[in-house]
Amino acid sequence: MSEKEVKNIGAEQSRSLEEIFDQRIARDEKIEPRDWMPEKYRKTHIRQISQHAHSEIVGMLPEGNWISRAPSMRRKVALLAKVQDEAGHGLYLYSACETLGISRDELYEQLHTGKAKYSSIFNYPTITWADIGAIGWLVDGAAIINQVPLCSTSYGPYARAMVRVCKEESFHQRQGYEIMMTLAKGTPEQKELAQDALNRWWWPSLMMLGPTDAESVHTEQSMKWKLKRKTNDELRQQFIDQTVPQADLIGLAIPDPELKWNEETGHYDFGEIDWDEFWQVVKGHGPCNKERLSARVNAWEEGEWVRDAAMAYAEKQDTKKLKKVI
Amino acid sequence: MKNENKIQYIYGIADNALILGQRLSELCGHGPNLETDIAMTNMALDLLGQTRSYYQYVAQLSGDDKTEDDIAFLRSERQYKNVLLVEQPNRHFGYVITRQFFYDVFHLLLLQELQNSSDETLSAIAKKGIKEVSYHQRFSSDWIKRLGDGTEESHQKVQEAIDDLWRFTDELFHMTDDDDMALQDNIGVNTIALKERYVQMVKEVFDEATLTIPETKWFQKGGKQGVHSEHMGYLLSDLQYMQRAYPNMKW
Repeated sequence: MSEKEVKNIGAEQSRSLEEIFDQRIARDEKIEPRDWMPEKYRKTHIRQISQHAHSEIVGMLPEGNWISRAPSMRRKVALLAKVQDEAGHGLYLYSACETLGISRDELYEQLHTGKAKYSSIFNYPTITWADIGAIGWLVDGAAIINQVPLCSTSYGPYARAMVRVCKEESFHQRQGYEIMMTLAKGTPEQKELAQDALNRWWWPSLMMLGPTDAESVHTEQSMKWKLKRKTNDELRQQFIDQTVPQADLIGLAIPDPELKWNEETGHYDFGEIDWDEFWQVVKGHGPCNKERLSARVNAWEEGEWVRDAAMAYAEKQDTKKLKKVI
Repeated sequence: MKNENKIQYIYGIADNALILGQRLSELCGHGPNLETDIAMTNMALDLLGQTRSYYQYVAQLSGDDKTEDDIAFLRSERQYKNVLLVEQPNRHFGYVITRQFFYDVFHLLLLQELQNSSDETLSAIAKKGIKEVSYHQRFSSDWIKRLGDGTEESHQKVQEAIDDLWRFTDELFHMTDDDDMALQDNIGVNTIALKERYVQMVKEVFDEATLTIPETKWFQKGGKQGVHSEHMGYLLSDLQYMQRAYPNMKW
């Protein structure tokens, strides 16, 4: 057989494998780590799951910033537990990602060198306690809207991780809203903290749902693989429709003069999003991009001798056990 | 025993949990790997949970409208009765683990005695705490062994932390007047009696870890009298920031 013929057979085989694969997804079957999958599916999933894992880990930083200054014991413990949950999410998402044939060290390397992205929202600073409420309410709220559909995505380990992540996120979201409610019902000074936080986090939260459909490169393929069920614009509308009444309920004003209920569409109309700001932050020029990345890199580099020690110790213990057996 | 003396006795235990919990929680998100980060946050949560139980009890004993937050956030530096050891800063992981280990061994021995307290609340808090602190002690002992018998660098780093922090351990066993009163009433623990066992337990772990207790005869003290190190003021300015900047509000 000529080289060309061999190649043709190879191409033929992978085409039929791909057809079977597509049919399985269409039947809503889960794809598991040992199953055949197209290379593009593997790569897309590594990219998305790792971005998600990185977002959890980087997301610990802005909130972690307030643990030592939380205003009450109850809030301190709740915030600490919440940030710990994010670490847990990172852990199972990295594990899910590793089933696709990439190591956690490689994933960290991609984060630390800037090759992999994480959610841009975490490049904004948390400057008051109210920001902790706003993040829980808005950022976790937007995250849930993004993530609930992923509980039934096609890749098994990712879908299963997301079921647990979503449960915890929805708890965080209620907790964040409750912080905002307490502030909004508090003294004028507290209410001002809450309103100021809403003003600063509202637009970046809308941006979290991703670029507009016209600009979004991955949507079509992702829909096919059930990585996405709705488009970015649909998700954003859902977020706005759900959040505006929550703001009304606690007497806070959404910082958008064009926001208006539209009887005809049954949705809120809203003002123009500043996409220049969005792309600027994505490209690394947000207020805290440098700080977030360097905090992660520092933790990793300063931890190297500790991880090395653990490895060396484990090896010594293994050798000791082996000697005993002999 | 007068209420005020009992309250002071409880501060002597509870403030250690608060301040060590605060120190550990500063590390959340910055651990050497995710698993260790999560484990250390767990310990912080345990310690802060214990703190709340003690402070809620103190609030109840105080009788007025005091809350756990008044106690945690609104005392002056001299009124905190934690030992100097727990307020020492997070220099590197070797310091964090050594500080933890030195406190955990003591903490476990303390709670094992405190569970026999004639004060039912303290006894109950101690019983619950023993489970948590046994885990802390296992965790920090394991890490002492890993660092001590790991690489040359880790051995040197953890020994450096031990040499620096050992001088704070003797204070753990000092008895204040309130401690004496609590002991007389079968409420409190004779900490002097815990010292021998403590040194033995530390030594056992160090032997396995190829580490040594430094031969110093000089020890630091003062925390139990509210005379703290310079680190304490900064820790408190973080801890108390919101309550001081926005007084008399609900959060």
